[in-house]
Amino acid sequence: MSMATGAFAERGADLELVGISKRFPGFTAIESLDLTIPAGSFFALLGPSGCGKTTTLRLVAGLEEPTTGRILIGGKDVTNLKPYQRPVNTVFQSYALFPHMTVLENVAFGLRRRRLADPVGKAHEALRLVELDHLAARKPQQLSGGQQQRVALARALVNRPALLLLDEPLGALDLKLRRQMQLELKTIQEEVGLTFLHVTHDQEEAMTMADTIAVMNKGRIEQMGAPEQLYELPKTAFVANFLGQSNLFTGTVVGTTSTAISVDIAGQKIVVPVGRSHRHSGDVTVGVRPEKLSLHREAPASDPARNVIGPAHVIDVSFSGVSTQYLIAHPTLGTIVVFAQNMAFGPVAHVGEEVWVSWDIEHGFGLADDPADSPRFAADTDTKNIAAQRHAALITELGEA
Amino acid sequence: MAFAAFATTAGPGEEVQRRRSPIALLLLLPGILYLALFFLTPLVSLVLTSLQVPSATGEPGVYDPAFQWENYVTVINDYWPHILRSFGYALIATVLALAFSYPLAYFIGVKARPWPLLQSLMLVLVIAPFFISFLLRTLAWKQLLSDESFVITALKALSVMPPDAHFTGTPVAVIFGLTYNFIPFMTLPLYTTLERLDVRFLEAGSDLYASPLQVFRKVTIPLSMPGIVAGTLLTFIPAAGDYVNASRSFLGGSDTQMMGNVIEANFLVLENYPAAAALSIILMSVILVIVTIYIRRAGTEELL
Repeated sequence: MSMATGAFAERGADLELVGISKRFPGFTAIESLDLTIPAGSFFALLGPSGCGKTTTLRLVAGLEEPTTGRILIGGKDVTNLKPYQRPVNTVFQSYALFPHMTVLENVAFGLRRRRLADPVGKAHEALRLVELDHLAARKPQQLSGGQQQRVALARALVNRPALLLLDEPLGALDLKLRRQMQLELKTIQEEVGLTFLHVTHDQEEAMTMADTIAVMNKGRIEQMGAPEQLYELPKTAFVANFLGQSNLFTGTVVGTTSTAISVDIAGQKIVVPVGRSHRHSGDVTVGVRPEKLSLHREAPASDPARNVIGPAHVIDVSFSGVSTQYLIAHPTLGTIVVFAQNMAFGPVAHVGEEVWVSWDIEHGFGLADDPADSPRFAADTDTKNIAAQRHAALITELGEA
Repeated sequence: MAFAAFATTAGPGEEVQRRRSPIALLLLLPGILYLALFFLTPLVSLVLTSLQVPSATGEPGVYDPAFQWENYVTVINDYWPHILRSFGYALIATVLALAFSYPLAYFIGVKARPWPLLQSLMLVLVIAPFFISFLLRTLAWKQLLSDESFVITALKALSVMPPDAHFTGTPVAVIFGLTYNFIPFMTLPLYTTLERLDVRFLEAGSDLYASPLQVFRKVTIPLSMPGIVAGTLLTFIPAAGDYVNASRSFLGGSDTQMMGNVIEANFLVLENYPAAAALSIILMSVILVIVTIYIRRAGTEELL
């Protein structure tokens, strides 16, 4: 009948999306998306709500049809196959456990539909994997949220799909259970060797679990890569701020050597290595992560290996246990965020104090964004920037009319 | 001081919970009186009537109190074809009404969800027949389907029906009438369950390799069981006791008489009150047994 019937998938399969777009009446959810997920990987699609990540997942599962493009699983074109014909299983955000069946029957459902041998034995085995076999006779509504989530996982995993889709399955869980399930999911994925496609808006979850992350925004993939790579070398202001926090400054390249570029930002010179910047001339937005900054209470001695900004004033200090967050106002560069590890007892600097910040030039990065499009300081909490953006947008709109 | 304050506040709170409020009983009283007067009294009277014997004076229509259990044996011997016919017709009409209403309710409750206006319009169309008395509607069908009617003459002209055949007065006409009259009672409860049906369960089913037919059998039907049970009960129970559709004045004939018709005839024409009462008790008991078994088997407790 189809590729879905028959035996278990031996191993995970590649997933390939070629020129996928999805338009709903009134809006475009996905715009010409190309994506390849190698077999056996744990791939996270990360983005804010409404970015098209869940639609992508539903397209792969066959619950939506793409407007254009093709979907290939293990090299076979499945674009025109119905959901039940695809070698794919989904762990739904709502779990969607059948309320009229026991936990065991829920897990055995897919096996029975494919007429595989010993569905009950295999279902018990899958429930043992998620440590819920003792609740096999219960109805789903008698279980806690975390237990239901694990049943949903067992119900999908028991089919050994070539590709497992996870639609924010940990969203409803409390923090502690969430951490525990993240680790369990990762362990299970490594054990069974299947391809996992995980959709989430939680950047921390994506970074802990996935081998590869694609950051999605407004129906497009902004950047794709290993978690460390995305964090250390973001390509766009969106990635720099969605995946952790960043201090971003925009200026003009004033000098280039074979190893580094220097950027003039409101009179301050900031040096970024050539290999860590996506642009090497003209206007460029450079950035640095808050935890890479060092805080000084006196002007630091000039060092060619470090960028220094200052003097500026501390406007806020918040203590969070492992680190302290300082907000520093610079007269021309705006607000700078610093995370300092709590090496000393109590905060190093106090509100109102004059400070300098410095960082190793190897820790800076230059974005590929056209600085004209991105605000001077991309922190979207800055109301001044939002006002400036709105103003600019209004002027272009009036100019067009 | 502080401890004393705690003690005094805790004491009365517990007492209030333990004491049963007399207001609740007072509010229940009208309902209990109503049930005693209009349900329990007639029921006891019916049971007593069913056991009476003809008056010693021999006067017709007059009966003396007795415990004549043989009345039940007599009515079963006399009327077993009517008893079987009643439950047979009611069963067929229920199945037909379900087959007709399910797709209709599914369309209104699930498929038409993006268009609320269409949903409301279709619901109004389902309810619209209630604006006219069902007696009038059944009489209208008698006119429409009588031997001289356009429909029947056309069917005869096309040789679909033999020239000497009738429609009214046949079991087909009675079952048709029952089905037609009870379709709204089937459709509305089905609609209320299907309207709440979470399509994510259907998606999960198809994600787990179930074809559309299997999703329907394994997911949609079990999840809509509360509506199916309610609809079939609302159709089967009144259909089994119906005496309008099967009556000679409406769609029935002498071979289609149901229990309702013989109860009516015994009470109003033959003045054989014990027989009529015994038949009524039999009708009620059989329905009660069937319904109990049906609800047990359907097992919809956790879905209701």
